[in-house]
Amino acid sequence: MKNVLSLIDDDREAGVFRVNRRLMTSEAIFDLETERVFSTCWLYVGHDSELPRPGSFLRRTVGGRPLLLVRGTDNAVRAFFNTCPHRGATICREDAGTSRAFRCFYHAWTFDTSGRLVAVPDEVGYGPNFDRGTHGLTTPAQVDDYRGLYFVCYDSRTQPLADYLGAATEYLDLILDQAPTSMQVIRGTHKYGTKANWKLLVENSLDGYHGSSLHETYFDFVRGTGGGRNTAALGRGFVLDLGNGHTVKEAPAGWARPIAYWEPVYGVDAKSEIEQVRADLVARHGEERAARMADHFRNLLIFPNLVINDVGSLTFRQIEPKAADYFETVAFAVGPQDESPAQRGRRLDSFLTFLGPAGFASPDDVEALESCQRGFAAREVEWSDVSRGMSRTPGSHDELQMRTFWRAYIALLAGEPIPEPVHEIESRGTL
Amino acid sequence: MLEQRSSLERITRFLFEEAALLDSWRLDEWYQLWDGDGSYEVPSTDVPDGHAPDILMLIDDDMTRLRARIDRLNSRAAHREFPWSKTRHLVTNVIVEDAPEGSGWQHDVTANFAVYRVRDGVDVFFGVFTYRLRESPDGALRIAAKRAELDARDLYAQRTLSIIL
Repeated sequence: MKNVLSLIDDDREAGVFRVNRRLMTSEAIFDLETERVFSTCWLYVGHDSELPRPGSFLRRTVGGRPLLLVRGTDNAVRAFFNTCPHRGATICREDAGTSRAFRCFYHAWTFDTSGRLVAVPDEVGYGPNFDRGTHGLTTPAQVDDYRGLYFVCYDSRTQPLADYLGAATEYLDLILDQAPTSMQVIRGTHKYGTKANWKLLVENSLDGYHGSSLHETYFDFVRGTGGGRNTAALGRGFVLDLGNGHTVKEAPAGWARPIAYWEPVYGVDAKSEIEQVRADLVARHGEERAARMADHFRNLLIFPNLVINDVGSLTFRQIEPKAADYFETVAFAVGPQDESPAQRGRRLDSFLTFLGPAGFASPDDVEALESCQRGFAAREVEWSDVSRGMSRTPGSHDELQMRTFWRAYIALLAGEPIPEPVHEIESRGTL
Repeated sequence: MLEQRSSLERITRFLFEEAALLDSWRLDEWYQLWDGDGSYEVPSTDVPDGHAPDILMLIDDDMTRLRARIDRLNSRAAHREFPWSKTRHLVTNVIVEDAPEGSGWQHDVTANFAVYRVRDGVDVFFGVFTYRLRESPDGALRIAAKRAELDARDLYAQRTLSIIL
């Protein structure tokens, strides 16, 4: 693929940023990004709390690869490719559970929780030189966690996870520190597909501009419950290029947050508990940081495909590309480990009224993304515009966050290093 | 036996009429079938027997949220359902049991369902309904609770659940 760089028109002088729609429709691009983005970046797999005891395992698909995340009987967490080194069958065929060993159902080769081959039926048939030690489960090139968030990377040359996350850790900390002890992924997962290119959901997850138009019915609902007194403030935030393609949008909360911003939708009874949650935040983190945690929405992209929305609820959204025109979303609700059932209830209510395949907003996002993908069939219309906010200090309804994603993405696609983060106003051309 | 059969027939007819209201998008009339303290639930597909707040549900509506869901679907701004999809609710294998004494409703009902939705292709939702039905003073049945447990383990194929099951 020649000239992939030409598929993004980043004209800072003119204040124009355009994305060629072939990046969303071409199967050749899909193959190239599988190789150059998903085979080189750190990808989120799962959370420590999902592996509660020795032997706990999760089955996930990450960057197209079938993976197993396992807490060994030695308590260490490991990732394995979920494929038998013998002939390829997936050795684990359940989504989650607890096991002391994994026995392939095909020929009954058996592996312990650290991936070692421990049993082979009629092993003598392989001759005297057979070495079980070279037939264990294969682990991805790199596996590491940041405060309980496990990531894998299929390329040993990629920088360590902490360096890869870089400045994004400040925002991860702002989210994870909301829990007095630790965060927990709550059971019950929203798994839904979308007939569109995965990059459209990355854009959409970070897009403040579409809120009041696309999600009018959600805003109506919020206002109908006496909330949303602050929706105008949603546009008074900032966006940042955090480097390595990571980006964040932060703005004053538009409506209630379980941590810790009360609105009437929670009921009068909840007021004192939420005030207590807030007081605890202040005690742990000081007034300024606590206010930022409590009073701000933030949408964080860990490049390329993990979205963490810390809004009316907290969600980790894993975006898994399947084809140029189809992707799958796995969305988790996340909350402090020890929060009260009442708080947990409010958190989950906030989650599902907005988010998920049956919420009051996300179905319309799916509709919009699928509609864009259908629109791309008009191939004579080659470009999408992502220029908003290039000639000013970008606000939360601008599009620097999308441009940050696209600049990192196109660099990797072209086999080039991700450019340095943008901290200046991008276009001075008209000033 | 005769009394049992007439109870089954009456409740089955009620469920058929409910389905017909949903399929004809007469949602305001459908809302009238509910009692004021009702709940409409659909658990997440990976924990079909789960309940809030132990798990994240797909739908966990009290009557305020159910009313809001209907208002949204009635508007032109519920984009996933504008224009409305065509749906067909099939309700079968109805089993009616007397609710325990003092439970606040009279009939515990389970039924298998298949709901087809057509718009840009066909989406199919199937599983089991459980209902709590109440005898109201006016002699009609009212829904005190409705729960739809989907057999699907994910909604990758269906993509969204924008209709009412």
